[in-house]
Amino acid sequence: MAKVKSLADLKKMKEQLQSKVDLREKGEDPESRVQIKVAMATCGIASGAKTVMDYFLEELDKRSIDAVITQTGCMGYCYAEPTIEVKLPGQEPVVIGYVDVKKADEIIEKYIKNGELVDGIIPMNYNTIDNQ
Amino acid sequence: MHMLVCGGTGCRASASDAIVETLNSELAAKGMENEVQVIMTGCFGFCEKGPIVKILPDNTFYTQVTPADSAEIVAEHIVKGRKVNRLLYTDPENKEHISDSKHMGFYKKQLRIALRNCGVINPENVEEYIARDGYQAIGKVFEMGAQATIEQMKKSGLRGRGGGGFPTGLKWEIASKNHADQKYVVCNADEGDPGAFMDRSILEGDPHSVIEAMTINGFCIGATKGLVYIRAEYPLAIKRLQIAIDQAREYGLLGKDILGSGFDFDIELRYGAGAFVCGEETALIHSMEGERGEPTVKPPFPAESGYLGKPTNVNNVETFANIPVIILKGAEWFSAIGSEKSKGTKVFALAGKINNVGLIEVPMGTTLREVIYEIGGGIKNGKKFKAVQTGGPSGGCLTEKHLDTPIDYDNLLAVGSMMGSGGMIVMDEDDCMVSVAKFYLEFTVEESCGKCSPCRIGNKRLHELLERITKGEGTMEDLDRLRNLSHVIKDSSLCGLGQTSPNPVLSTLDNFYDEYVAHVTERKCPAGQCKSLMQYVIDQEACVGCTACARNCPVNAIAGDRKKPHVIDTSICIKCGACIEKCKFNAISIQ
Ligand SMILES: Cc1cc2nc3c(=O)[nH]c(=O)nc-3n(C[C@H](O)[C@H](O)[C@H](O)COP(=O)(O)O)c2cc1C
Ligand code: SF4
Repeated sequence: MAKVKSLADLKKMKEQLQSKVDLREKGEDPESRVQIKVAMATCGIASGAKTVMDYFLEELDKRSIDAVITQTGCMGYCYAEPTIEVKLPGQEPVVIGYVDVKKADEIIEKYIKNGELVDGIIPMNYNTIDNQ
Repeated sequence: MHMLVCGGTGCRASASDAIVETLNSELAAKGMENEVQVIMTGCFGFCEKGPIVKILPDNTFYTQVTPADSAEIVAEHIVKGRKVNRLLYTDPENKEHISDSKHMGFYKKQLRIALRNCGVINPENVEEYIARDGYQAIGKVFEMGAQATIEQMKKSGLRGRGGGGFPTGLKWEIASKNHADQKYVVCNADEGDPGAFMDRSILEGDPHSVIEAMTINGFCIGATKGLVYIRAEYPLAIKRLQIAIDQAREYGLLGKDILGSGFDFDIELRYGAGAFVCGEETALIHSMEGERGEPTVKPPFPAESGYLGKPTNVNNVETFANIPVIILKGAEWFSAIGSEKSKGTKVFALAGKINNVGLIEVPMGTTLREVIYEIGGGIKNGKKFKAVQTGGPSGGCLTEKHLDTPIDYDNLLAVGSMMGSGGMIVMDEDDCMVSVAKFYLEFTVEESCGKCSPCRIGNKRLHELLERITKGEGTMEDLDRLRNLSHVIKDSSLCGLGQTSPNPVLSTLDNFYDEYVAHVTERKCPAGQCKSLMQYVIDQEACVGCTACARNCPVNAIAGDRKKPHVIDTSICIKCGACIEKCKFNAISIQ
């Protein structure tokens, strides 16, 4: 990796990264894929997030669904761990709580394949600095 | 199309199951069950107006829905596409109906500044941080210069989130004015309060924000070296922080000549062994130096003579996490959030007898009631709220009458508690307040470093007094002794640990005096928690003599012939509760 040498460099890099993200989020990228984020802070891992993440990695591959699965930090819903966020191309992200392997299977079959929501969705209950 | 019905515990209690059922049957009656799906969701954080039904994709937000409304919602909204106005949320200010939940941001009590990236980015990938404006603040700081940045920090009104609430900008200014060949920036990630996990979550979810802020701090005070003091019990936070530091170095965002500014800065980790007192800044510095983790008298403050005797600026993880945003969005933006003297937001680890246990971030000035009932979803199992503990072992227990207190540093102090680092434990009617005070004292006795006698001996005595009271051996004089000793400890201890350790005792004495008196005069624990004050009794009328209890008693305290009423010998009984579980006739009770 070449070092970032100036603020201008950094801003350029940000623009490039951002536009990649935007394309992905808007689903305009021809290669747009399902994105899954698994909350993997200590609390999530303790309630089984790692198993869930491995399950998604394995099963989505087996069921030939093209998806990006990443880990992220604590989403704040400790009462509903493990929690994940699923984003279908061109749609608002959805956070789902109490995800175990069985729920993960339901999410793949119902939501990811057919866009049907499943029980256990956690509504976004906070404001972000982006819309301030 | 989807209909989301709030299945949070608060709404569920008021009929969300029935709403789901009636919506489904109404849809079926119209033959639309395949087009519209009814889904049960988690808490919307708007329990006051529950049950909530939200329709997707148009984002219509119906409040206070009852099962009887289902028919109208389906017939009007789903079939005819017309909103049911009477169920829409009315803006309390201008009395207008608001239908699109996107336009009702104000119902969301939380605002995530310090947690902005937690649960959003992959903490092990610096590019995701950069894509969200990461490291731009440090670039801006290089352009503004150190002096102007410190001015911004002062203007923002940011105060330390580690507990004390000292103005951060002022602290930086003092450190910047002390001249030395070497200065240090220290991040306090000791987080020793029982039940607190705010700092851990930030480091696990967004380590780069702390790295960036420490670099900014270094540039402002003229330090080239940063140290993070983190407890070894946080392996995942350590791992992610180390990955983040390595990646920042690789990208040239740490190390020599950062962003071509000519400024060098690097960060190292130092591990703590998990002693609460090592969170105190002077003890922390001694621990990093390889000395015993004991506090020393201030002054000198770390800003004059800290790590290795050099000027050192110590800030908390959450304090740091706020800083890049303040730089990018400006001091005015930040100081517009919060209350008059406490700006911005505070992260709390919400725990105890509350439905939505979790990590939350609210603007300063939010009331305890909003936190507990709106965000927390109220008390578990429909029990009655009794107290909320803030500030951990240094804080106090607040009651019903304090619920409308807007949370900020000064208000919490005024009502006998404190902000602390952000633990918030909710208690219900089953919690005994004397035992709660005893729990915190147990912790302080364990964690006192022993350097000064008021704390080392005084807290031990406080604990003994509390122990006596919970065993029903206390006297009214003991209650006075508790109070007097507490004041002595507060006034004469060397460091913040001893100076605040009696707070849980004082606040429970103030707010729950009757409960103490009941333990002493009636030898009763009103909450039914203190084992020594309980007695198991078999109702002679209800007992059929089945012998189930006697057979299951581990200490053979129950005697009686078959088919004859049994009796418990209370001098042998250990109050384990096994008999109550086994009795099919509800003949055993606790008195
Ligand atoms: C007994 C005791 C324990 C403390 N524990 C912590 C801690 O775990 N984390 C922390 O940031 N500050 C802790 N502090 C406060 C620190 O001494 C110091 O004030 C703080 O780190 C300064 O950072 P801030 O101004 O950003 O809050 C503790 C203080 C005392 C007296
Ligand atoms: S007050 Fe307690 S923890 Fe602080 S120096 Fe004295 S003995 Fe140690």
